[in-house]
Amino acid sequence: MEGVMSHGNDLNLKATELRLGLPGTDESTSKNNKRTANELVKNSELLNGKSDAKARDGETVPASKSQIVGWPPVRSFRKNVVQPKKTEAETGNFVKVSMDGAPYLRKIDLKIYKGYQELLKALENMFKLTIGEYSEREGYKGSEYAPAYEDKDGDLMLVGDVPWDMFMSTCKRLRIMKGSEATGLGSGV
Amino acid sequence: MQVVWLRSSLALRDLQAFIQHTVVYCKMDPKLKKTKNSSSNSANSPDSTHSSFPFPDEVLERVLSFLHSHKDRSSVSLVCKDWYNAERWTRTKLFIGNCYSVSPEIVARRFPRIKSVTLKGKPRFSDFNLVPQHWGADVHSWLVVFAKVYPFLEELRLKRMTLNDESLKFLATSFPGFKALSLLSCEGFSTDGLKAIATHCKNLTELDIQENGMDDLGGGWLSCFSENCSSLEVLNFASLNSEVSFDALEKLVRRCKSLRILKVNKSITLDQLQQLLVLAPQLIELGTGSFQQELTPLQYEGLGIAFSNCKNLQTLSGFWEDTSLHLPVLYAACPSLTFLNLSYATLRSGELAKIVAHSPNIRRLWVLDTVGDKGLEAVGSSCPFLEELRVFPADPFEQDLHHGVTEAGFLAVSHGCRKLHYVLYFCRQMTNAAVATIVQNCPDFTHFRLCIMNPGERDYLTNEPMDEAFGAVVKTCTNLQRLALSGLLTDLTFEYIGKYAKNLEALSVAFAGSSDGGMQCVLQGCPKLRKLEIRDCPFGNAALLSGIEKYETMRSLWMSACNVTMSACKLLAKEMPRLNVEVMRDEGSDESQADKVYIYRTVAGPRRDAPPFVVTL
Repeated sequence: MEGVMSHGNDLNLKATELRLGLPGTDESTSKNNKRTANELVKNSELLNGKSDAKARDGETVPASKSQIVGWPPVRSFRKNVVQPKKTEAETGNFVKVSMDGAPYLRKIDLKIYKGYQELLKALENMFKLTIGEYSEREGYKGSEYAPAYEDKDGDLMLVGDVPWDMFMSTCKRLRIMKGSEATGLGSGV
Repeated sequence: MQVVWLRSSLALRDLQAFIQHTVVYCKMDPKLKKTKNSSSNSANSPDSTHSSFPFPDEVLERVLSFLHSHKDRSSVSLVCKDWYNAERWTRTKLFIGNCYSVSPEIVARRFPRIKSVTLKGKPRFSDFNLVPQHWGADVHSWLVVFAKVYPFLEELRLKRMTLNDESLKFLATSFPGFKALSLLSCEGFSTDGLKAIATHCKNLTELDIQENGMDDLGGGWLSCFSENCSSLEVLNFASLNSEVSFDALEKLVRRCKSLRILKVNKSITLDQLQQLLVLAPQLIELGTGSFQQELTPLQYEGLGIAFSNCKNLQTLSGFWEDTSLHLPVLYAACPSLTFLNLSYATLRSGELAKIVAHSPNIRRLWVLDTVGDKGLEAVGSSCPFLEELRVFPADPFEQDLHHGVTEAGFLAVSHGCRKLHYVLYFCRQMTNAAVATIVQNCPDFTHFRLCIMNPGERDYLTNEPMDEAFGAVVKTCTNLQRLALSGLLTDLTFEYIGKYAKNLEALSVAFAGSSDGGMQCVLQGCPKLRKLEIRDCPFGNAALLSGIEKYETMRSLWMSACNVTMSACKLLAKEMPRLNVEVMRDEGSDESQADKVYIYRTVAGPRRDAPPFVVTL
């Protein structure tokens, strides 16, 4: 392969040496001004250094690292379609809770409850009362309190009728009703 | 005696038939055998000695018609002249993995009876914007030849090809028996082209439009199907956003009784979906539309019932946007599912856990990393038959380590899903130890694609490079066919690959390696390597030239942002005339640098449609 030897200026034969050393050690400077693997490694090591100190505390790595073309290797179609709703994840789903006769309202995050049982228990704790068991026919009979909620249409609804997931998305505020008004709501028709 | 190697995927029944016929006809009285007039033999047939299989051509052709795999057919065609000819007369399906490796004219001369064509064009890295616009891979010149030679063409499947609306119109009007069109990752056309297909292809059985760079000018194309069209079996328009006429869709689904795959787009609401399901309970694959609509309890119940009536449902996909609301309606359909594609749904761990709890028979699962390690733990405990897992990043550019999945999720899946053999995993941290354990649990990996999203990322616990992780993969997984690397890697990784990955066919490398030696190890050590794509690695001319004899045995090599120069490329091109060595230079870079190099074997010579920025040496 005489052709190879005559192009000795371009071939860095030292580079073909098998080494087990890490990249970034005694590499000759690259001819172009684009990012080489070494530069990127240095970048990430730098960031790793920073993140060692901070990442465990949840601080984000500085955004100064520029995006590399085509990396991570995700198809453009996929990148455009997904928009994760991070803000919602962080702020939760807080709704106001009012109780008839109470001087001020409370607020709870519906997202932290897995279902109606947990929600009702939490309300019982918060307001120091007993709500009792739900039945489709009788509502919350046996208790002077009935948990109700205002849905997206503005209607006052009894808590427990619809599947939990549906409730979570349609509930705008909660109202704990008391006394005759409460039993009126729950009585079978 | 001639020996023919066939792939083990050849169906046992086909193989038995093949052997039976071969044995029977070997015993035939030679006087009864006659051969076809040899003037029909094309100029392209290989040299051969007198055939030791003196079958009548008709008999051999009958026997060979049992072969479907194009790889088997290639083997068979190399046996001798008679077999070459019999094979070319009986081939009906054409598979061309690189559209520039051959020309339409050569294909037309060799194969007279093609009914189905699969064509792949641009290098895979074009999916990630590494290939400039107008690079090529235009299908039109192929269609023109096909129209002359294969007027009875029925199927066309294109991947990473360029085509415009004129081509689609030409396709729709040139082949009266056209049945199936599949477009994946293609570009250059619009919904107007689809209108032509819907209007003119009276016997259409398949229209499969996936993830293309196309212009969506409106949903009117769906209304172009004639009222007589009732042959559709596959309809996939999930990736188009425009609203289609639900009335037209409903009527189409109603009259296409053989419809088995239906994937609708976001414009279809849940109650519309329910109506479609009631009309087509025979569906095997369903892509839902938008899952976001608020349903009344009655609608909710109706949807659940519709799903439970789809007894044949094996694949579910779609789930655009926020879908947590109504997932329980699916539960009735989940037990029969084998493939669940949730990769567009931003599900959390709990939501995924509930779905997989109902889906014990899942073989393939695609999810977003919003499900977290916890979600993957649920997969590990609920899906013992899982064979394929793909975890995509919801927000690829997010640096925060607290999002997405880690090694823990992958480990959890490997503990519970011992049959796992295909993985695509995007994560932000990984350890060598975790990967070693994972492949211990799942030694049957054939496809291992790990993407640690920060380039050059180390093992976060030991701070070492990730060499040992991929070393473990290639040592343990002897059936490995496809490997994608990431993280901080030295030449050691490539030494391991060259030494152990004897069945490796496709390798993808980015931001890795220390010297030319790395690439050399792979080129010298992996006998079955067909596709090699490399970006941003310190591999230079010596590495490139070390493979000078290997590239003809491969489909292609891509190298970008490495240390290769024009002179080495010119040398390679000069020594190997049956390779096309194409170079693309970046704006403002040094004259001598070969920024992007694409090398592939070809019998068609340098391509005549190369744009000005592509230089063929």
